[in-house]
Amino acid sequence: MGVNLTLITPELVVTGLAFVVMIISLLVPKDQKKGLAYLSVFGLITTLVILYLMIDVQGTLFNGMYVVDAFGSFLKMLVVLSSLMAIIMGVQYVEKFITGFVGEFCFLVLFATLGMMTLVSAGDFITLYVALELMTISFIILVGFGKRIFRATEAAIKYLLLSAFSSGVLLYGLTLVYGAAKTTNIDGIMEYIAQGETPPVLLLGIVFLISGFGFKVSAVPFHMWTPDVYEGAPTPVTALLSVASKGAAFGVFMRVFLKALPGNVELWMPVIIAITVLTILLGNFVAIPQKNIKRLLAFSGVAQAGYMLLGLVAFSTVGVSAALFYALMYVFCNMGAFGVVIAFSQAGGSDEIQDYNGLWKRSPFLAAVMLVSLLSLAGIPPLVGFVGKFQLFKAIMEQGYVWLVFVALGMSMVSVYYYLLVAKAMYLKDPKENTPIKVPMGMQITLLATMIITLFLGIYPTPLTNLATQVAKTFF
Amino acid sequence: MITLNHYLLLSAILFCIGLYGALSKRNAVAILICIELMLNAVNINLVAFTKFLTPEVLTGQIFAIFVIVVAACEVAVGLAIVIAIYRDRSSVVVENLDWLKW
Repeated sequence: MGVNLTLITPELVVTGLAFVVMIISLLVPKDQKKGLAYLSVFGLITTLVILYLMIDVQGTLFNGMYVVDAFGSFLKMLVVLSSLMAIIMGVQYVEKFITGFVGEFCFLVLFATLGMMTLVSAGDFITLYVALELMTISFIILVGFGKRIFRATEAAIKYLLLSAFSSGVLLYGLTLVYGAAKTTNIDGIMEYIAQGETPPVLLLGIVFLISGFGFKVSAVPFHMWTPDVYEGAPTPVTALLSVASKGAAFGVFMRVFLKALPGNVELWMPVIIAITVLTILLGNFVAIPQKNIKRLLAFSGVAQAGYMLLGLVAFSTVGVSAALFYALMYVFCNMGAFGVVIAFSQAGGSDEIQDYNGLWKRSPFLAAVMLVSLLSLAGIPPLVGFVGKFQLFKAIMEQGYVWLVFVALGMSMVSVYYYLLVAKAMYLKDPKENTPIKVPMGMQITLLATMIITLFLGIYPTPLTNLATQVAKTFF
Repeated sequence: MITLNHYLLLSAILFCIGLYGALSKRNAVAILICIELMLNAVNINLVAFTKFLTPEVLTGQIFAIFVIVVAACEVAVGLAIVIAIYRDRSSVVVENLDWLKW
């Protein structure tokens, strides 16, 4: 049986790139590794182009263990795009705070990217588990490798213990589902469930699966690691963790529940709805008293995960397409916000919100990017966040969950409050010092791009909406 | 006669011991050991399912090998971080890891 390797060209490119970067980084002297970042950026742009050309390609490899479809390609583009931005924005940060480890930063990000790309294409529980762990272990090292960054090691050990714990739980769930369905293949499980049997062991397995995936997308009550890890990790890693790992985990969550388990949707849907409501409520309320910008963005990320879960609750093509749109829009907004945090801490500032006082006097550009990103996350009209939320609310409204729309809408209002607290600090208060902040070139271009995309897609979202709708037809 | 249920029961008991230990132990190394117990419970599950349900298809056993390999990687990274934190604080008691808190 022949294997059509052209289907996995993007993965092969990233794998090759990661190994090349790793080997070269061992050979060149510590202070000359900046070229590796350019190499990684170039490779990732190539991957992005290949993925864009491959968006309509469908097929399976290795007896259905690996699925290439539009849904996977869309999420792979999301993942590669965020890694690209994280490397561009992170190089200077890593050079300044973790001197001499730029090579390690690049190849670990590339391996994490590979893990996430494989994760969203997994057609079998074995592929799923290995991909998930490749992603998680790379991220654990990335969180902890800045030894001189205050508290990074602590964040790493917390992430390690909790994620190992959660993957243990997830794995137990996977084996129980395997025991019930007698196969680890996602299509096989779908066929088994279509026969109409639901033994208790399968139910138990589904509960374990929900908690395992809930941990990865940081849904309440499995979110406790999020603020600590986000605060302690080097900021470029936090940025990548908050968008890419969440997007990828969300993709596999959707694939397993919409492809393998749609047969007994009435059994797991109440649990998902409860988790979604809790996530939106708690994420938004706990974000209010935060004093640290990274912690604030962590809790806002928890709340945003809740909004993305609304797409799963809707259980329709419209819902999935809205969730995909939201996930991609979240990349641009969050990367913009974290980019400002990175630039600010490079200029010597801390992560405390009160240090952002009067930022617009020191750097009008950074303050503007932060404002646009935060307002878009809050869902204010001319920006893309509004379109994303509108589509999600429309999708769940169509399914008759009017009360859920009210909860989500009310909580968006709450979120405006804490996002505007940051805006107030930036624009209305006086700075402690007046030195202007110098922003590196690559960072400037990336931040400008995120801001323009946030504005442009807010005014004219049709191309992305069409793409997301086309992709969402993979299910149903 | 030992049936599938006996194996599943053993695995469930082992999983619960691991779960209890991971939640109650104070030493980071002990927590890692308890997580290993949970993963071994998973392996017993996988091998038992393969032997009793699909003896001709070895999916579960292959899965178990993957789990063992990945668990080894996880522990390697884990112990490295435990050493790093010990150098930092001279302690690996998780209750003392409280610099990050709201």
